[in-house]
Amino acid sequence: MSQTISLKGRLSARRSFIDGTFRLFLYLSIFISLGMIFWIVSSLWSQAGWLLSWDLLTQYPSYDIDNAGFQSPLVGSLWVVGIATLVALPTGLLTALYLEEFAGKGNKFSRLIELNIQNLAGVPAVVFGLIGLAFIVRGFVKWGFTVGSAAAVIAMLMLPVIIIVSREAIRAVPPSYREGALALGATPWQAVWRLVLPSAIPGTATGSILAVSRAIGESAPLLLLGALSFVTFNPTGLDSPFTIMPLTIFKYASDSREEFQILASAGSLILMAVLFVLNLIAIILRDIATKKRNV
Amino acid sequence: MSNELQTAATHTESLGNNQGSTEPMNEATSGPKIIDPVFTLEEVSVSYGKYVAVTGVNLQIPSNDITAFIGPSGCGKSTLIRTLNRTNDLIPGASVAGKVMYHDADLYDSKASAVEIRRRIGMVFQKPNPFPKSIYENVAFGPKVNGRPKKSELDAIVEKSLRGAALWDEVKDRLGASALGLSGGQQQRLCIARSLAVQPEVILMDEPCSALDPIATLRIEELMMELKKEYTIVIVTHNMQQAARVSTYTAFFVTEVNPLGDLRTGKLVEYDETRKIFSTPLDPRTEAYVTGKMG
Repeated sequence: MSQTISLKGRLSARRSFIDGTFRLFLYLSIFISLGMIFWIVSSLWSQAGWLLSWDLLTQYPSYDIDNAGFQSPLVGSLWVVGIATLVALPTGLLTALYLEEFAGKGNKFSRLIELNIQNLAGVPAVVFGLIGLAFIVRGFVKWGFTVGSAAAVIAMLMLPVIIIVSREAIRAVPPSYREGALALGATPWQAVWRLVLPSAIPGTATGSILAVSRAIGESAPLLLLGALSFVTFNPTGLDSPFTIMPLTIFKYASDSREEFQILASAGSLILMAVLFVLNLIAIILRDIATKKRNV
Repeated sequence: MSNELQTAATHTESLGNNQGSTEPMNEATSGPKIIDPVFTLEEVSVSYGKYVAVTGVNLQIPSNDITAFIGPSGCGKSTLIRTLNRTNDLIPGASVAGKVMYHDADLYDSKASAVEIRRRIGMVFQKPNPFPKSIYENVAFGPKVNGRPKKSELDAIVEKSLRGAALWDEVKDRLGASALGLSGGQQQRLCIARSLAVQPEVILMDEPCSALDPIATLRIEELMMELKKEYTIVIVTHNMQQAARVSTYTAFFVTEVNPLGDLRTGKLVEYDETRKIFSTPLDPRTEAYVTGKMG
């Protein structure tokens, strides 16, 4: 005699309620985060979309609305963030490698460094600006209000973030890779350079994208480093004076004339577009690196 | 260091039997008469911090043969095999007492280089650990870290090693494909090929088949029988039938618990020819284990 089995699996009212509510919260969170971005971009677009033109990118800041544009702040931002990334990325990655692979784990010195890095990540950006003003702009270095000073301070801001995410990425590389490499007569450095580092690149890249995105929108520390000045030429090197996008937008927005406030919105759109393009490039590079690794 | 080890090895080979120079073994471990052993262990103890994992081991491992370490979990057999190429160095707090001689060179001499030792004494791990690279690059890794071979030389080494590990016919048409796409058994044979590529004298295998199905296990065992013509093999295994099938000599370990019951230490009970261990063991504990009454 065969038995009738029901596989309809009806959940109890309580279980299906919890299941449904949880799902609702997930959709709600996605909606909130995407909704915010959409809201910001659409309100900027409706206010200033019509103003966007190549002229905005070729013209320099000006008090004359017809000639006002964003070329020097845009180039200035790219200079500062570009150089800061060039300095902070390798330094941060190597620091993370040292801390994860070579420093003794229980070692007091490396624990002290670790604690300090975590603290640094929480220091307000404006404090980094003050330090830059005291020690780099004036102080020992006396570099003045230049691209170099600004890049140094932004690099300091980026470093803790890059170190922390790189360490996570390095820690996620299976120990069996290191063991396998060492068992073939590789030196610890060879194991790190040929196996650990390539495997950690995707994770490191994700963190670095975040750090760069934050850096390009950073304005508080640069306020103290002379970026609020009115600069109508592009930087030509590390010793050039400079201005940056966020502060130029701020300056336009605080003008009493309405046209300039709209111009500020247009500047915000440009900044977001630049950020989007930079992130896209970084993600494509990361995917290429990941594919190459997996053959 | 490399030269020192080299001379040591050749010196021993030219002298032939150096049995006379080693201490007579105590009765409990009076093993087989081994001529020109590759490893000679005298009163070896390995500790992790205060915890003694295995103690009082005396044994000699013959060349061009398979020696198996068997025993219940926690008896220190894996710990012991890892001291034979200084893989234990990588664990913080691990220390070795007693003498571990490789031919007539002391592996734990302060001048001995762990990197050179691991090149000569390869290791295959419990879980196959191919690198996230192509099949070709996995095999080429060892030769590359140990020198700068020419492309043509490297091609030859890769083919020879893959043939040696009985994997060539299965992968010759896809050397550029990712090693991670191979089956578990193929991955383990790739790991063996990888260690053959640096031309070691000894291959240590730490439960090489425990993650494999019976057919893949059989292939690895056949491979081991083939490899012992040219290499010395030491294998740790949980599988007594495997030890009986492949090894010529077997060392049986037990776990001894101290009177308080809080510390477990591995001890070598008996070491002899495999057929004797499995047919006429001297120690009742060995008999209980190999007949399945214990462990």
